[in-house]
Amino acid sequence: MKSLSKLSQRTWWIVGGVLVVVAAILPLLNISIPGVLPGATYTPGTLQLLALALLFASLALSYHLLFGTAGMLSFGHALYFALGAYGLGIVLHETELTLLPALGLTLAIVITAAYLLGSLSLRVTGISFAMVTLAFAQAGNVLVRRNPGLTGGEEGLRLDTEHIPDFFIGVVNTRNLYWLALALLVVVFVVVAWFENSRAGHAVTATRENELRVRVLGLRPFGVKLMAFVIASVLASLVGMVHLLLQSGTTPRATSADFTLTILVIVVLGGVGSRWGAIVGGIIYTLLDQRLTALASSDAIDGLPAILRIPLSEPLFILGTLFILVVLFLPGGIAGAVQRLSTGTSATPSERKLLEEAE
Amino acid sequence: MTESILTVAGLNANIEGQQVVEDVSFEMLPVGVTALLGRNGVGKTSTLRAIMGLIERSGEVTIAGERVDREPTHRIVQRGVGYVPEDREVFASLTVNENLRLAERDSAPNRQLIEELFPDLIARAGQLAGTLSGGQQQMVSLARALVNDNRVLLVDEPTKGLAPLIVMDVAKALERAAQTVPVLLVEQNLQVVRMLAEKAIVLEGGRVVYDGSAEELLGNEALTKELLGVA
Amino acid sequence: MSTIILLLITGLGLGALYFLVASGLSLIYGLMGVLNFAHGSFLTLGAFAGWELSRRMGGESWGTLIASMLLGMVVGAAVAAATEFLLIRRLYNRHIEQVLVTVGLALATVALFEGIWGTDPIYVTAPPWLSQTTEILGARVPNDRFLMIGAAVLVLLGIVAFLRYTRFGLIIRAGVENRSMVTALGIDVRKAFTVVFAIGGAAAGLGGVLASHYFGYVSPQLGGSLLIFAFIVTVIGGLGSLAGAAIASVVVAVLQQFANYFWGGTGDLMVVLLLAVVLLVRPTGILGKKA
Repeated sequence: MKSLSKLSQRTWWIVGGVLVVVAAILPLLNISIPGVLPGATYTPGTLQLLALALLFASLALSYHLLFGTAGMLSFGHALYFALGAYGLGIVLHETELTLLPALGLTLAIVITAAYLLGSLSLRVTGISFAMVTLAFAQAGNVLVRRNPGLTGGEEGLRLDTEHIPDFFIGVVNTRNLYWLALALLVVVFVVVAWFENSRAGHAVTATRENELRVRVLGLRPFGVKLMAFVIASVLASLVGMVHLLLQSGTTPRATSADFTLTILVIVVLGGVGSRWGAIVGGIIYTLLDQRLTALASSDAIDGLPAILRIPLSEPLFILGTLFILVVLFLPGGIAGAVQRLSTGTSATPSERKLLEEAE
Repeated sequence: MTESILTVAGLNANIEGQQVVEDVSFEMLPVGVTALLGRNGVGKTSTLRAIMGLIERSGEVTIAGERVDREPTHRIVQRGVGYVPEDREVFASLTVNENLRLAERDSAPNRQLIEELFPDLIARAGQLAGTLSGGQQQMVSLARALVNDNRVLLVDEPTKGLAPLIVMDVAKALERAAQTVPVLLVEQNLQVVRMLAEKAIVLEGGRVVYDGSAEELLGNEALTKELLGVA
Repeated sequence: MSTIILLLITGLGLGALYFLVASGLSLIYGLMGVLNFAHGSFLTLGAFAGWELSRRMGGESWGTLIASMLLGMVVGAAVAAATEFLLIRRLYNRHIEQVLVTVGLALATVALFEGIWGTDPIYVTAPPWLSQTTEILGARVPNDRFLMIGAAVLVLLGIVAFLRYTRFGLIIRAGVENRSMVTALGIDVRKAFTVVFAIGGAAAGLGGVLASHYFGYVSPQLGGSLLIFAFIVTVIGGLGSLAGAAIASVVVAVLQQFANYFWGGTGDLMVVLLLAVVLLVRPTGILGKKA
């Protein structure tokens, strides 16, 4: 058998293209996977879930750019997702702009914010960087909760549909939103892949491994890191905007530290440093979360004794435990496990090293 | 046949993926001072650190006939290895006395010897080690190794950056220590090497290029120049 | 004037809580390089343990309060030590993965607490004296503030004494400065890891019981909300510095109180701003050595 790792770059792109085509025609098909999907693939409920899975895949990819590629452990990535969601929601509500100009305006705000906060945060590295990003995100969380007039406060912000094109509104049009989410995933993937293969991308990877060497080469680590930070933030904000459309609103949870941790969990589950891992992680996470929530309220769980019922009825408990087990026993996450299975090796030092370098 | 106190065979070591020690093999004399020499950056310090288990390494390291290359650093030390690192590495926020207390492994530490060798330290027992001069810090670092009964001492550039007078103090302390315990000494100051070492091992590019009498090496000006770059 | 006194003492009380969390975080980070996201869960569990005890013994007696504080410490210490022993130790020297494990543990335990005790706040009872006030220079200060401050001062003194007068304390102080040199003196530094986790857990567990009296309730989110401020305190004070954590706890909490009162509830934002300023001017924090 030809091993996965030996497949050429081009073959991967072809496989990816085929997968995108398959995903694109799913809403036109009648496929049921009991236990995984809530209904047939053409039903709005299932499409909603699948679109959510694609969005989490995109979000994980944007975080992969930050953490996996550039080695920046951020605890505030949710801030930019929230900035996209709340930004677009507020612009649509407070101005007379239609969707596209509103989107453009929000993007401009996001780029400015990411540039400013990125410049500040990147003055420190490692754990201090993680703490600063966490603190900024926390400030965002406070602002959202404290300004109910603008953001809806704890209740969350409802999407103002007045200036939204009709084909994005209503349950019957869920498949349009699904296609939008799919298109976004493709865009995010292409941008991330392009950046990683660009000169700046190589420089930022080199920065992760050895900042000094990059300086010696005459490159400014700060510049390329900031670039990666801003690109990752913009991508996250785009995901936030589509998420707003898909869910017809957003809640303060999008600004919380827990939400960033969720993204981190997805990326680690999928495999740090792997684009495919991030996508697979995002999709599996969303489906798992949904199924575990369904499981939690099922009769089968209800009948169990308390010692089993209580943990099993908490999806986050199961996910958290799963996450710990992956970190302890499956370095490299899903992507790493697939790699090992296909090459028949148990070589993990390089993956471990990658995590170490990310410090 | 007398068992060598420290034998290194096929030792390799990496720092951040870069090989810094390549297939190094040598044996230490069971008594006296063995000098580990070479130009700057040839892997002398890395060799000591690899023996101590402070960096990733592979190959065989044997102390008094027992393999230690898979053991963690603290176990290796507990087998009776005293380590005096490059740049001294005293605990700056601890007092002199605390630095020594931390190092004491034996139930009956050699406080007597320390008092004899470094009376100055005893006078400064309560002073923070970070406020000492370079020479005094070096004495603390040496004292930490000498306070226990060791089977072997690994000493890394003990005279680096010290004033000439202090260099002689340190050399005398080492000479005294070497009377009871064999010493593997990394040293740039050839005068000190001449004074102390019987055997010399020279590294180049992470490999051993000379293994023999220290006197012969340093007596041969051309060879010294070729291997060490200085006369 | 009386307002200022009240804000100051309330700030000190809140700072005491921050310190109880931040002291452990700082020690653990200083020695092991691990940022412990599960620290909030140690606090929450301590708080719930204290509440479970007080509802059985009757919360109004002083004996119960003291017993619940001790129980919170023991539970916090035990869970923290177990965390280090079972999870963190397996990932020796792999700092990012250690952080990730604590992240997973934080997510899982908060969910578990919600499963056991529900998501709603549970109100606690305390000796009546705690909810009364004492007049100081015209300010009517709630008495529970004094309990917080007293407990934090005792913990600070206790940790300082432990670090100064015990062999473990010596190893910990040396390890914070240069861990590999400690092992190069023949010391198994990992034993000290369990000890710092236990100390940090005990302080957090005690902090949990006290926080439940400061806020008047326990909830599964209690630890997480304090943890973020404790992180900020730890960075501002300088990672690994106990004295820095103590100073920063007071500065942050007092600033928060004053900003909330005088600048329209902007306390949390001011704290973030302070963090930004500190990192710009002095990235290693007030008393930190390494970034």
